[in-house]
Amino acid sequence: MLLKDEVQMLRRVPLFAGVEPGKLKLLAFTSDRVSYDPGEAIFQQGDTGDAAYVVLAGKADIIVESSTGPIKIAEVETNSIVGEIAILCDVSRTATVKTTTALEALRIRKDHFLKLLTDFPEITIEIMRVLADRLSHTTSELTEARSRARKAD
Amino acid sequence: MEKRLSRYIWKHTRAQQLWILFVVAISMIPYFLSFDLPKQIVNGPIQGDGFDQPGARQTFMNINLDLPWIGNVELFSGLELTRMQMLFALSLVFLGLVIINGLFKFYINTYKGRLGERLLRRIRFELVDRILRFPPQQFKRMKGAEVSSMVKDEVEPLGGFTGDAFVSPALLGGQALTALFFIFMQNMWLGWIAAFMVGVQAVIIPRMRRRLLVLGRERQLTARELAGRVSEIVEGIGTIHAYDTSNYERADIASRLGRIFKIRYDLYQWKFLVKFINNFLAQLTPFLFYCIGGYLALQGQLDIGQLIAVISAYKDLPGPLKDLIDWDQTRQDVQVKYVQVVEQFSAEKIIDPKVQALATKDTGPMPAPLAAVNLTLADDSGARLLERVSVQIQPGETVAIIGGAGSGGDVLAEAFARLIWPETGKITVGGEDILELPESVVGRGISYVSSDAYFFYGTLGDNLLYGLKHAPLGERDYKGAEGTQRKWDVNEARLAGNPDYDTKADWIDYRAASATGRDDLFPSLLEVLDTVQLSKDILDLALRTVIQPEAYPVLATGIVEMRHALRDELEDAGLSGLVVPFEPGAYNVEATVGENLLFGTIVDPNLMGKAIARNEYFRSVVGGSGLDRILFDMGYSIAENAVELFSDLPPDHPFFQQLTFMTADDIPTYQAILQKLKGRGFDEANSDERSAIIRLSFAYVEPRHRFGLLTNELMAKIVDVRRQFYDGLPKEMEGSIERYDPERYMASSNLLDNVLFGRISQKHADGSKRIRSIVSSLLNTMGLLDDVMHIGADFNVGAGGKRLTAVQRQKLNLARALVRRSDYYIFNKPLPGLDHRLQDEIVRDAMKLLRRDGRKPALIWVLSNTSLTSLFDRVLVFDRGLLVEDGAPEALKEKNGVFKELVSS
Repeated sequence: MLLKDEVQMLRRVPLFAGVEPGKLKLLAFTSDRVSYDPGEAIFQQGDTGDAAYVVLAGKADIIVESSTGPIKIAEVETNSIVGEIAILCDVSRTATVKTTTALEALRIRKDHFLKLLTDFPEITIEIMRVLADRLSHTTSELTEARSRARKAD
Repeated sequence: MEKRLSRYIWKHTRAQQLWILFVVAISMIPYFLSFDLPKQIVNGPIQGDGFDQPGARQTFMNINLDLPWIGNVELFSGLELTRMQMLFALSLVFLGLVIINGLFKFYINTYKGRLGERLLRRIRFELVDRILRFPPQQFKRMKGAEVSSMVKDEVEPLGGFTGDAFVSPALLGGQALTALFFIFMQNMWLGWIAAFMVGVQAVIIPRMRRRLLVLGRERQLTARELAGRVSEIVEGIGTIHAYDTSNYERADIASRLGRIFKIRYDLYQWKFLVKFINNFLAQLTPFLFYCIGGYLALQGQLDIGQLIAVISAYKDLPGPLKDLIDWDQTRQDVQVKYVQVVEQFSAEKIIDPKVQALATKDTGPMPAPLAAVNLTLADDSGARLLERVSVQIQPGETVAIIGGAGSGGDVLAEAFARLIWPETGKITVGGEDILELPESVVGRGISYVSSDAYFFYGTLGDNLLYGLKHAPLGERDYKGAEGTQRKWDVNEARLAGNPDYDTKADWIDYRAASATGRDDLFPSLLEVLDTVQLSKDILDLALRTVIQPEAYPVLATGIVEMRHALRDELEDAGLSGLVVPFEPGAYNVEATVGENLLFGTIVDPNLMGKAIARNEYFRSVVGGSGLDRILFDMGYSIAENAVELFSDLPPDHPFFQQLTFMTADDIPTYQAILQKLKGRGFDEANSDERSAIIRLSFAYVEPRHRFGLLTNELMAKIVDVRRQFYDGLPKEMEGSIERYDPERYMASSNLLDNVLFGRISQKHADGSKRIRSIVSSLLNTMGLLDDVMHIGADFNVGAGGKRLTAVQRQKLNLARALVRRSDYYIFNKPLPGLDHRLQDEIVRDAMKLLRRDGRKPALIWVLSNTSLTSLFDRVLVFDRGLLVEDGAPEALKEKNGVFKELVSS
């Protein structure tokens, strides 16, 4: 896949919607293209995070190890970003991401990613939006789970 | 060592000194004969004395001796020669004397030189021998570079002086006395004047030279300190950079050099002042002769003939006198140097040579138990580190020592290793003081490892086996020239008081390494390396090594075969895309355009880097095929892309890491070129611009840079040009490029590249990590692992092992001890740099390893974390220099003591 096709793909990623094409090209150029087979782990829970991934094609599961075994908590869609929490908060990976189909991703290294955030406020706002979205999602799920738990009592 | 150098020299070279004196005395005979001969030649045959009549003859070489009681004995009646014959005969005798004198000189000088060199060798060896026998505390105050500069430089003049130590004063003194005697013979009064002046010179000059000696001593000390400081800078370079103190160091060095300069300048001033006065005094005597002698002669009290005789006799006096005074100066100078050095090398509690005597025989098991008896240890300042500890370690026991920082457990281990000597009390082995037992017993019976490892410059393998080299075990068989050399070595070593142990003999004690010889040593080493988890590191080192295939023919062919096996293996694992192999007729997309075009490694240093682009043949092939235009267009697009992407980024932006084919500084240059060439193309660019642009295309890798510039036609074209390039390759370039050949080992690439014979694909995450593990298992199945590990073991660890990482050094340090078979192993926090999990594994594995084959050595391990104590029979708990608890770990856990506190914290 060529750089200009990647730029086209990146423009479809909501995160980068507000970024001008020249900068997207730079982002694509400085990131690594990686491909994974189905069932391969992109990263493991507990590893130190050194990169975020933008999924260009394919699907993956987000899995959390718990005392009762692995729990799948979400699915990664095409054109979304994963792995950003570990590099934003300097914590180890909070979940394992395992592909379910063959997957193509753009691997953005930690220092590049942070540089991107300071250079492009649009991306920062977009990331905040994604995180806030996830938070509200998680909150509603938590509420649901709590009420279910109360009913069960 | 003797306090005085002259005594030291006399003691070791007495016989030789007497012999050389004798030879010098003999050599005087032809020397004086040759003085008289010119006169004879001139007076006799040339001026015609005794050849008054034509045809007159004279006797030549009549040798007769007047002996008391016996009377005259004629040994040779001589030959009757004519004037012409006499001229030639006497001239030939002169030539003969010249040769004899020369030969005498040659012999004497060589002999003296050899004498000096032997003594120098003896002194140097003695000094190093003393270093080996110094008590440990001595080393806390020594700087290595100062000591080595003493051994190397400061004793050097001693050797030169040795030959002259006794010969010169005898010879020169004799000459001076003879001259003086001649003057006395001519005239008593003038003789007294000359003697008086000599006396003045002999008193004043040495007195003035005393200051020279003081300055000389200062010069020696400051130079030695300078050597010490320079080595400190080398060793502390990290600290200097870290704290930005390089200018402080510069200031220090400059001020030292200034001081040295001042001392040396002072020295010169004094030296030449003394010389001036010396010359003046020497010239004063003839002045007195002319003045007083002349006056007396004019007054008629002295015969003019006598005066002339005195003056001509005097000219033989100043020469030897000056040399004698110079000799005395040298003597005092080397004496000072000698004393300086000897002082530095004297220590109070120097180890008895008997303790370190060579023991080639197996010393058998060390007596047991190892014990500390009422042991008190103190540091350099006198602070107590350990107080009144008595403890016994029985053979076969496993003992853990724990305690907080500064609790004393680690110093006890050091005391067991003889690294710190008891203040009071002692360490005993089977009841005997460990310091009095031979090192061949305790040094083999106890293996000690601490965290500060020292490695010697050399290969990793040598360092691993270092602990086995106690004595030359096998005698080496020497034949022919080597045998003569060895005999010479032994003989010379003995003459200089050096030991004649053979460094080329086999020093490795195979039995101590659980092997029988060189052949089966390797498996047991490998086992040890696995235990300390160093094998993987060594394998990696080996895989990065460039080897000469001629030196390892089996391995080289094996590696080439392995290429196919690797493809199959990757195929089976579904990873066939992981490595893109080089194929002679195809384009490798994971390699750069340049690599694809050249399809080989440049071996000739004259063609490396940018130079190949200037090579005429290369240019003609690329230009002739029209590829240069295509590459120019390609490079132009790359430059456009790069400028577009990067032109408005600051030069320190992290994104520049990704830009492999140019640097941030190149961007403006290319911007200018692009602007100039816009819409013009190849034909209008000058040659500099062309090469700047084409250069970019050479580094292009499509899957990495993804500008979409590489079409199928272009790839085919490049492969075609490659073929043309090799088809017409001129003879002189044949050896300059090593072409990629799937069936041949590439001597210019490292082992891993030879195995892969291709490029790892960019697309796979962790590609190189995966490849490494596949390669290592494949090496094992193909039986090549041993050879490869051997290459890894040949890795040079650098000065002090600095080419290894800190963790690798610690592992190697532990491995070095585990290789040896000992009765006691003392591990003093050997692995502080490793994380807990790894430490845990290594401790367990090491214990298992030491107990293989039913062996049961004692093990004392100073632990930094308490979780491992349960693996040991017994735990010693130290607190503030005292042994506070001692017992089985379970029992100690029951007690409410320090151990419980340590474990729970």
